[in-house]
Amino acid sequence: MALIGVNGVGKSTLLRSLSGIQDSLNGKILINGLQKNKLNSLELSTLISVVLTEQPISKNLSVYELIALGRQPYTNWIGTLSEEDKTHINQAIELVNISSLQHKKCYELSDGQLQKTLIARALAQNTPLVILDEPTTHLDIYHQAHVLKLLKDLTQRTNKSILFATHEINLALQLCDKIILMEKDKVSIGTPLELIEKDAFTNLFPTDLIIFDRSSQTFKINT
Amino acid sequence: MPNPNYYNKLLIALFGGVILIACINLSLGSVNIPIPDILKSLFNYKVENESWRYIILEYRLPKVLTAILTGSGLAVSGLLMQTLFRNPLAGPYVLGLSSGASLGVALIIMGAGLFGGVTGAVLLSKWSLVIASSIGSLLVLLAVLLASAKLRDTMAILIIGLMFASLTAAVVSVLSYFSSAAQLQQYVFWSFGSLGNLSWNDVIILSLFWITGIIVAIFCIKNLNTLLLGEQYARSLGVSISKNRLLIIISTSLLAGSITAFAGPIAFVGLAVPHLVRQIIPVNDHRILLPAVIMGGAILMLICDTAAQLPGSEFTLPINAITSLIGAPVVIWLLIRKRKFLF
Repeated sequence: MALIGVNGVGKSTLLRSLSGIQDSLNGKILINGLQKNKLNSLELSTLISVVLTEQPISKNLSVYELIALGRQPYTNWIGTLSEEDKTHINQAIELVNISSLQHKKCYELSDGQLQKTLIARALAQNTPLVILDEPTTHLDIYHQAHVLKLLKDLTQRTNKSILFATHEINLALQLCDKIILMEKDKVSIGTPLELIEKDAFTNLFPTDLIIFDRSSQTFKINT
Repeated sequence: MPNPNYYNKLLIALFGGVILIACINLSLGSVNIPIPDILKSLFNYKVENESWRYIILEYRLPKVLTAILTGSGLAVSGLLMQTLFRNPLAGPYVLGLSSGASLGVALIIMGAGLFGGVTGAVLLSKWSLVIASSIGSLLVLLAVLLASAKLRDTMAILIIGLMFASLTAAVVSVLSYFSSAAQLQQYVFWSFGSLGNLSWNDVIILSLFWITGIIVAIFCIKNLNTLLLGEQYARSLGVSISKNRLLIIISTSLLAGSITAFAGPIAFVGLAVPHLVRQIIPVNDHRILLPAVIMGGAILMLICDTAAQLPGSEFTLPINAITSLIGAPVVIWLLIRKRKFLF
């Protein structure tokens, strides 16, 4: 499920409120029918995992170590990995197909590989919901499509819900099951087709520069 | 990832290194004592010369223990600060601990003239210095803690700590401007740092602080590892940032505060040892890093103390200068050789 909106409309704020990184500004958040502010941060961390735009600061971690940190909510007081933890880690590595990288250090990775590693870390956290904030920034168009395709495959193979904010509307329209469209005063939710039929994209951007072309279902420069 | 046995062997080797250098340190000093007699006095056998036993047991042994405690304690607090602030330049002093201690001691020594002669004569004992520096660091620390309770941003604490350091430095220079040459000298000698002033009682008190600080640090290990991902990820993994921050600050102040109180402001070790250790063992897991840093700090401090006595001579150089003289070139050399800054 993609979250789309112009810069500054509050996509990141919404995602950060959902994942508990920041307190919600207003209103109630329900997760599986549970009120979010009644859960403690540890319970929340077994429900939602995140991939953020901020890169992990210590690049001296190996890929395996970084993914293993996804198991923190489940490990004992000093962080020893149990057999179950290791199974989850190896599963996550396999799911995003980076087993050849697992002994490399993070500073040796390309942006695309690092993004996959971070996704694997979120998977290892074993949560029903994974939230990603702009997972395709810094990537070329091939890797953008690759990551989004990977996310789609993951929803099918692991039965998780994946919610991500993106500016790659054209790719999202082709790859997502559902889209949340955030605008200044309203929010529309639906499948890409439903939203196109409702004309939801036409006025997303000022039309003097960018228009939505319904026949090809893409955004184009208004010439 | 090399297998865990590799790290275990490495840690055992480091521990052996600590013991070895401690023994070398014990055997050197201004009085030349034969090695068999050193062993005899340690294990309570009859020694040829009773004053040798006194030198070993009452002077050299407490000094070796002090070197181990200060080196390892400062190194651990440096590691904690570097991980907490995600800043390779952080050390125990960023919380304003040593600047607070300097202010306390400066007030006692140089302020004595300002507050009248009565206090001057009574207060200038060793304990008054220890108490003054403890109170000084405690006050600055409380101010930093109050500020940190109000702040969400950990970086702001770093800057506030540095601001306190420059404030207290300013007060100290004003005080030194108005004080006599003798007072100034006494303050300068304190700021050199010293490992040799501790009696057995002091060593026991220091080690109690050390043990408490290290235990708190051990309980932080898991969250320190999570902090390697950055604060936002750590929060998403269920880590309470402010609680964790408080624990780390408590551990650091127990370690660095007590050490500064007894041994003076020793600056370099806390900053350098974590880098040295990371260059030698390229690992970021604090379960390995913490014990490695403890031993690395002890080894560096023992080497520096051995060098400070200028083996074969009667002079003892200020420990604070030696730590930087030996440590800085080593850090520079390691960074250049590896060409990779591991953090």
